[in-house]
Amino acid sequence: MDLVLQLLFTGIGIGSVYALVALGFVLIFRATNVVNFAQGEFSMVAAFLMVIFAVDLGWPYWLSALLSLGGMAVYGVIFNLGVYYPLRHRTYLPVIISTIGASILVTNTMLALYGPQPQVLAPVFETPGFNIGPVYLDSQYLLIIAVTIVLVAFQYWFFEHTLLGKKLQATSQDKEMASLLGIPVAAMIMITFVYSALIGGLAGILVAPILFVSIQMGGTIALKAFAATIIGGFGDVAGAIIGGLALGVIETFGAAYVSVPYKDGFAFLVLVLFLVFRPQGLFGERVAEKA
Amino acid sequence: MTSITDVSPAARRTAPLGLLAYVALAAVAVFFAATHSFDAYITNILMQAATYSVAVMGLTVVLGLCGQINLAQAAFFGLGAYAVGLGTVDYGLNFWVCIGLGLVTVLAAGAFLGASTIRLGGHYLAMVTISFQQIVTLVMINWIPVTHGPDGVSGISRPGLFTTAQAYLAFCVTVLAVVGYLVWRLPSSPLGRAMRAVRDNELAASVAGIDVQRTKVTAFAICALLGGLGGALFAGGFAYVSPDQFSFAESIVFLTMVLLGGVASPIGAVVGTGLLILIPEWLRFLKSVPGLYLAIYGLAVILIVLFMPDGIWGWISQFTRRFGSRSGVAPVRAEATALELRGSSGHAPEVLRVEGLAKHFGGLKAVDGVSFSVKRGSVHALIGPNGSGKTTTLNVLSGIYAPTAGSITLDGLDVTNLPPHRRTIAGLGRTFQNIRLFRTMTAVENVIIGAEHPGNPVQKAHHALDARARAALAFVGLGDRADELVTSFSYGHQRLIEIARALAGNPTLLLLDEPAAGLNSTEKLELTALLKRIAAKGLTILIIDHDMTLVSDVAEHITVLNFGRRIADGDPVSVLNHPDVVTAYLGSEPDAPY
Repeated sequence: MDLVLQLLFTGIGIGSVYALVALGFVLIFRATNVVNFAQGEFSMVAAFLMVIFAVDLGWPYWLSALLSLGGMAVYGVIFNLGVYYPLRHRTYLPVIISTIGASILVTNTMLALYGPQPQVLAPVFETPGFNIGPVYLDSQYLLIIAVTIVLVAFQYWFFEHTLLGKKLQATSQDKEMASLLGIPVAAMIMITFVYSALIGGLAGILVAPILFVSIQMGGTIALKAFAATIIGGFGDVAGAIIGGLALGVIETFGAAYVSVPYKDGFAFLVLVLFLVFRPQGLFGERVAEKA
Repeated sequence: MTSITDVSPAARRTAPLGLLAYVALAAVAVFFAATHSFDAYITNILMQAATYSVAVMGLTVVLGLCGQINLAQAAFFGLGAYAVGLGTVDYGLNFWVCIGLGLVTVLAAGAFLGASTIRLGGHYLAMVTISFQQIVTLVMINWIPVTHGPDGVSGISRPGLFTTAQAYLAFCVTVLAVVGYLVWRLPSSPLGRAMRAVRDNELAASVAGIDVQRTKVTAFAICALLGGLGGALFAGGFAYVSPDQFSFAESIVFLTMVLLGGVASPIGAVVGTGLLILIPEWLRFLKSVPGLYLAIYGLAVILIVLFMPDGIWGWISQFTRRFGSRSGVAPVRAEATALELRGSSGHAPEVLRVEGLAKHFGGLKAVDGVSFSVKRGSVHALIGPNGSGKTTTLNVLSGIYAPTAGSITLDGLDVTNLPPHRRTIAGLGRTFQNIRLFRTMTAVENVIIGAEHPGNPVQKAHHALDARARAALAFVGLGDRADELVTSFSYGHQRLIEIARALAGNPTLLLLDEPAAGLNSTEKLELTALLKRIAAKGLTILIIDHDMTLVSDVAEHITVLNFGRRIADGDPVSVLNHPDVVTAYLGSEPDAPY
């Protein structure tokens, strides 16, 4: 029982990271109707920026985090202009291929600059964690969970209660109508990319002390986040969060009770099971092309 | 990707000549490979180019022809290579048996992946193939007792006849030539046409009688098969295989090869493969910095997609086509035969019976318990104000939406639960309000696809289908423009091509979804005349439209919907004067006397 609680805590912690990245996935998907296959690299790039600022330059943690997030905002702009925007009138296939190209480009640029050795980033807090009863609460995991809760609450408020949020929602639902109403659609898509890069980056910064900072982290996280969106129902915001948490828990239990080397395989297994038996996910509705 | 496959009708007419040239070229290549002695370095490069090209042609089929993505080609390549490596080295099996086992394995894996994901659309397929690629790599590295782990398998021998590198290279080039020929001819075969139709417009393909799901899975399985074949040949060529040769990065290399060369043609596959094997050899210094080389690949992928979507070969063939057409020979035109329409031989007086049909979207009852029937040989109109549920009804009738309740009987057959292509085979033909043609094809190719479904009682030989398609185009008045690309036609004429496509399939019932929408008044008159000519041939028509002049001009029977329910049904005069209908269209004043 103690082990179960312990695994549950760890699973929810790592699942929060998947949830954040999945959230970024879903926002871009809703705004542009394409899946961004370089989503995981948002986290990877932010983590490397943290290594540059906090480790290589030795700047304070909070300053490094702020600068990294600032860098991610710029990255989101460049990404949109270089990878998505020129292809916005083409079908989804060229866009997917272009985001895959971006993922390969960024990953291997980092490899060329930093080499294959994983980088280490120290946790935020000096106290590594504490016990509540039999369960050991790691402070980094606690921080991840807390930030995720705050961010989800913020996003709810932002989309439901601000004008900008409403405009973003309108854009994702019907671009043509939105532009007829005077909403600058291109700007809204730009904001979506920047916001998505920011939450992906935040997830990367938070998870870096746990996973190590490596060029593979982007691809791994993206695969998990995608599986999370399938579990939750494609394009569904709440589904992405719950799917991410569920996947974190499943994976942690799988690693503990089944097999460690194949830990990353569980996401794939869950993905395929859902695709075969419940492709619309837990909350999604099946969308059919309109005639 | 909206690439035009390079098999134009003109190219097809010159096919025997092309075939001759191809065989001659292939024979020279094989002869050269078999007799000219290269040094070992060149032999290795050629061997790699030949085996990779086979795998890249798989991507030509799945991506170029069918518009589906596969990011696990290196995994399929690796499965084929490991089948040969492990089979010959660890289990002492015959080389050919191992190739066979490898092909069965990749075919099964490809079909399973395709069948489980493809119906969900491209994004899923992309992610699932990435996952599959990673699983295969994980297993190759970690299942050490079977796969030898990261060390790989060495000492793979070649089959008896081809033990020298020279002979084996000649063998690989022969296989490449055969595969290249098949992939080159595929677009003009029924399967290849179905793939192109699916790539251009899935919904139209299914309504034209194509099993979209099966076509995509087939394309995917062929791709996997060619990947496995290339890998099996590769293992024999290099005598050593290890997991890092078949990683995700290699899948990206395969993808870059096909994109760079051009997805539309097997020649593109060879060009792209050759270049991407040679360029890194010339730029060896790039490999000294890990990652740099792949980073350039990533950048190349983005740049190709942005600036050269048809690849090098696509660009060249576009250029030669433009050059060629200037001196072009006018195509020979056969005199079009008259279009024969023979729908079903059914005897029921009603061709279509709809009972209690309902379609609810959440709380919205778009169609709410509608019943009507269409008499054989009649022109029946379904009308109603905007939002009355007409188009939803049509989409349920043609199988695009599943009904919430009710039943649909077509010519005595219950089709309520059949998918769209099965209904087409059962005798349904339809057109779309917003035109859905296969945009990269000519008019006649579009119509051939409509004629090709198995329910059509005409000969399936190509010349017979071609003749029928031309007859259908002549019937709608476009016979002399049959070989033009559909995108060169006006909106009104595109609609006529859609009607021709439906007619060519010999439907028992023709569904027309707002055929007059967007037409000018002359075109509407032409349309009316056409509908009367179709009706005169005895074909049953169900038409949905807003245009009252058209409807009252052609229809013998009218059903009126409002708010998803039937409010009137009968002959035009009585229906159009029915008080509920007048109210529905014009509104009513509370105290107005009827």
